[in-house]
Amino acid sequence: MASKKRKQIGKSRAGDIAIFIMLMLVGLFMLFPIYLSVIQSVKPSQELFLFPPKLYAIAPTGQNFVDLLNTASNMWVPFSRYIFNSVFVAVVVTICQLLFSSSAAYVLAKGEFPGKRALNKAIELALLFTSSVMFIMQYMVMAFMGLIDTYFAITLPYIATPMGLFLMRQFMGQIPDAIIEAAKLDGAGHMRTCWQVVIPNVKPAILTLMIFAFQGAWQVTGYSFIYSEELKPLPTVMQQISSAGIARAGVAAAAVVITMIPPIAVFLFCQSNVMETMAQSGMKD
Amino acid sequence: MAAQANTEILHIEDNKFRYTLREMKRSRGLYLLMAPFFILFTIFTFVPVVMSLPMGFTNFNMVQLPQWVGLDNFYVLFLEDEVFLKAIQNTLIFAVVTGPISYILCFLLAWLINEMPGALKTVFTFIFYAPTLAGNIYTTWQLIFSGDTYGIANAYLIKLGILNGARQWLTDANYIFGVVIVVQLWMSLGAGFLSLRAGLQGIPRDRYEAAAVEGVKNRMQELLMVTVPAMGPQMLFAAVMQIVSSFTAGDVGRTLTAFPSTDYAAHTIMTHAYDYGSIRFEMGYASAICFVLFGVMILANWGIKKLLGRYLD
Repeated sequence: MASKKRKQIGKSRAGDIAIFIMLMLVGLFMLFPIYLSVIQSVKPSQELFLFPPKLYAIAPTGQNFVDLLNTASNMWVPFSRYIFNSVFVAVVVTICQLLFSSSAAYVLAKGEFPGKRALNKAIELALLFTSSVMFIMQYMVMAFMGLIDTYFAITLPYIATPMGLFLMRQFMGQIPDAIIEAAKLDGAGHMRTCWQVVIPNVKPAILTLMIFAFQGAWQVTGYSFIYSEELKPLPTVMQQISSAGIARAGVAAAAVVITMIPPIAVFLFCQSNVMETMAQSGMKD
Repeated sequence: MAAQANTEILHIEDNKFRYTLREMKRSRGLYLLMAPFFILFTIFTFVPVVMSLPMGFTNFNMVQLPQWVGLDNFYVLFLEDEVFLKAIQNTLIFAVVTGPISYILCFLLAWLINEMPGALKTVFTFIFYAPTLAGNIYTTWQLIFSGDTYGIANAYLIKLGILNGARQWLTDANYIFGVVIVVQLWMSLGAGFLSLRAGLQGIPRDRYEAAAVEGVKNRMQELLMVTVPAMGPQMLFAAVMQIVSSFTAGDVGRTLTAFPSTDYAAHTIMTHAYDYGSIRFEMGYASAICFVLFGVMILANWGIKKLLGRYLD
């Protein structure tokens, strides 16, 4: 029903099919390297170095994954601890980033107060700033606060990202002021207006930010901020396992595939929910 | 009556400082709402950024305290360091080539996906975003462009008779730049692309219906008259993200081609900063390099905003 309504004059089936084919072609190009790395992970080691290279596995095997599991279970710190660390970091960072960025973005998009221009400018400049001494300065700040080698060092710095705030601000700016005025007339304070009026109307943006936040947090390594082995997140140990060189080429490929799964799951969850919001009518100004 | 008029005048003559203070008091609810974000932002981003800025004017090796050297680093950068000039050139060419192409790709693909029915949207968005989602999987391109006949590109191009011998894709200065551009374009459908997808999702359907009633006939007209005008904020976000990713590119080239690459063909400003920051530990000089990049990006950002502002505002 819904999709029929979308069909309008000038939107032919032929056009749809042409677009579909075009997207398929680009899609194949995008997927090819990923397909390759998945294939690498199920190739037995003698097949990894065949000539000419094969684009498929002749005798696919789960051996690399079994080896990965064996390596993982023989470690000094139990493997589950690394998984816990990464999941913990990802969940805390994602939740806090969503809460904090959206409320700050509401203020910057819809509030009027002294200092608004300066804060917007600071966010914009921070977004453009890159420096190779940044991590030294972050280290100094964290050392000063006594955060080095604690969970704080791998969660707190990743919560308030300028990118998250910028994204939310752009979307919230599109909400008509009339809705906010109406909420104010009904006696809602800033907190309620933000959470009950504005945020439900930028659901696609929230879900998109959730993808970015989780993805970023899942890649946190905490190098130079974390020394205790039992506090290190998953990517560090995956890199240790795969840095053993050619002998572990297959295991490394398996490690890459395994670490890819959680962000993909979060992506699919969020993205399919973004699609659902399509059914409701939006409120853009 | 007279007293009231008096306070009115007082109001106007009230100095700016006191006015600001009163305004701040009035908006304390707003400050409270954004406090969690800005406290963390100040501690972990703003303070380190401000501390990093002056480092470009020092000599700093991470062992001794930084030593103030004024503009020396910048003199060396622009007058003596030929590799840096090559790096600037590469960065600019790279940004000018990949920036607009991937920006247009982001928008075009996001829009074309939107023309597809329900579930296909999720599938295609996933496929195009997958390279970004998969983290550092771009190293797989090494298998494809490997210089020996084991390399997939070489093996299949020879088999098809297009090439008559293996090409050194990653070490021949003639190919390096092209290969890096291909890989960078492959992974360029990132944050900007997803935000455009989300933006397209939020355009109310009644607007399309109204446009159809008003006589919008085909997809192209609908795109230009309904879709683009409703996407201003997302297009600006995507543009800024594009600036950041185009100008800070360097990791892909450094990982795929040898470092330093043949004839510095893949050497960008970021690669140069990596060289001095993470290998030679000349942090002062590395900061000066990043300082220049920061300036270039501010300029690009200003230019893009001017350009987009003309069409979007």
